[in-house]
Amino acid sequence: MSRSIALLICLLGGLTMLVSPFLPMATEWSNEVTDWFNILAAMAFVLGGGSLLKVQLMRLSARGPGWGYSAVTLLAFIVTLWVGLGKVGVVADPSAPTVAWSGKPDDEGSAFWWIYLYVMTPITSTLFAVLAFYVASAAFRAFRAKNLEATLLLGTAFVILLGRTFAGVVLTGWLPDWASGLRLENLAVTIMDVFNTAGNRAIIIGIALGVAATGIRLLIGLDRSYLGGDA
Amino acid sequence: MVLGADASFLNPDKLLLLVVLVATCACIIASMVLARAGRVPKIRRIAGLEAVEEAVGRATEMGRPILFVPGIQDMDNPMTVAGITVLSRVAGTAAQYDATLDVPVSRSLVMQAARESVQAAALQAGQPDWFDPERVRYITDEQFGYAAYAAGAMARDKPAACFYMGCFFAESLILAENGNAVGAIQIAGTAETAQLPFFVASCDYTLIGEEFFAASAYLSGAPDQLGTLRGQDIAKALIALVLVGGVVMATVKVFTPKSDRAPTAEMAP
Repeated sequence: MSRSIALLICLLGGLTMLVSPFLPMATEWSNEVTDWFNILAAMAFVLGGGSLLKVQLMRLSARGPGWGYSAVTLLAFIVTLWVGLGKVGVVADPSAPTVAWSGKPDDEGSAFWWIYLYVMTPITSTLFAVLAFYVASAAFRAFRAKNLEATLLLGTAFVILLGRTFAGVVLTGWLPDWASGLRLENLAVTIMDVFNTAGNRAIIIGIALGVAATGIRLLIGLDRSYLGGDA
Repeated sequence: MVLGADASFLNPDKLLLLVVLVATCACIIASMVLARAGRVPKIRRIAGLEAVEEAVGRATEMGRPILFVPGIQDMDNPMTVAGITVLSRVAGTAAQYDATLDVPVSRSLVMQAARESVQAAALQAGQPDWFDPERVRYITDEQFGYAAYAAGAMARDKPAACFYMGCFFAESLILAENGNAVGAIQIAGTAETAQLPFFVASCDYTLIGEEFFAASAYLSGAPDQLGTLRGQDIAKALIALVLVGGVVMATVKVFTPKSDRAPTAEMAP
């Protein structure tokens, strides 16, 4: 019974979202469905937070390897939750200057804003910066000329890399105007605009059809594995 | 029925899209009905999906866990739904082999859906006690916070098999390279075209675009689900025909002198 209700909700929600771009009157309905999804996601966050707390508390009490990380996670979770919900350090909104809590929790000057700016952002930036080294190591493996295809890939990557830097201009800038298409910077543009775009569009068409087929399978209840299958 | 501009029933700007959508859906549904009637299509072998059992078996033999990452988007993203459908198949195989399956998620709703899916897979495999809800756990909504956890978990637990199935952005390479560093067999699937090269470079198998969406039907082996894949191919062939027709017409236009062309709306007085 509960699975039938879930399937019915999926069908109605899915059909509403499907017809809304074509029927102007259904735009409001799709907004309504989106609002309901957001409400559901917000409610589910309580479950997520609960799961996080439970897992970390279990690790902390077991004192297994790495229990210190759990302690740090719990501390960060509780402090951030407290400063956010408690609006610690929030400056009152000019429209209600006498009400201390009238400002937003992430307004400039609040504790939540400080944590985000001086803790969260640097950590995130650091991790993002590490990506450059991962790109280098992945490229080192991918660009080995093992066979014809890999050699072509290596050559193309070489042209794009040089064409996107000043080295490309220096190396082939001497070519006369009638051969300007062979200059590395122009070759790089041609490869990206013609070959890369063509390949990309072929993949995107396949994806669009795949989404359509998946959508149909889900809407008519043919594929129920996301609900836990037929069990 | 198309009403006047003041009270239009259909959005006139989207009519062509509607025709394409209806034609695509018709192809898919007709193929599904035909498959149900016994005309089951022959599906080519998808190496990445054939390797699922091999990856789970390897993890079992090595006594190391399996890591499944269902992307970093919520359940309103079709890639996440496709990832969860693959998860249910992976969980079923892992339950049969009694292998450990870890599923860290970055959205609470995905956690709930993944738990339902894994639990049902364990039941279907006849191993209800295998399911541990704490193995499917919420980490954080924050993109790099989640990537940091997953990378740390890989370094600590050294999974023998890693699955990345869903929607990924910049964290894709962090995950795949860390999995590569611990020597895990890696299978990825996404429709994020910008992330595909990273997965291809770092993973053993990558499900590219439509292969990823076909995974659920492929793994289920159900005739009607396989039929939808043939419908997809028919729609793709039609689109290819339209593209070729468009190319021919554009080429003819280029080589036709302007004086011989029929007047267009812009040219007409």
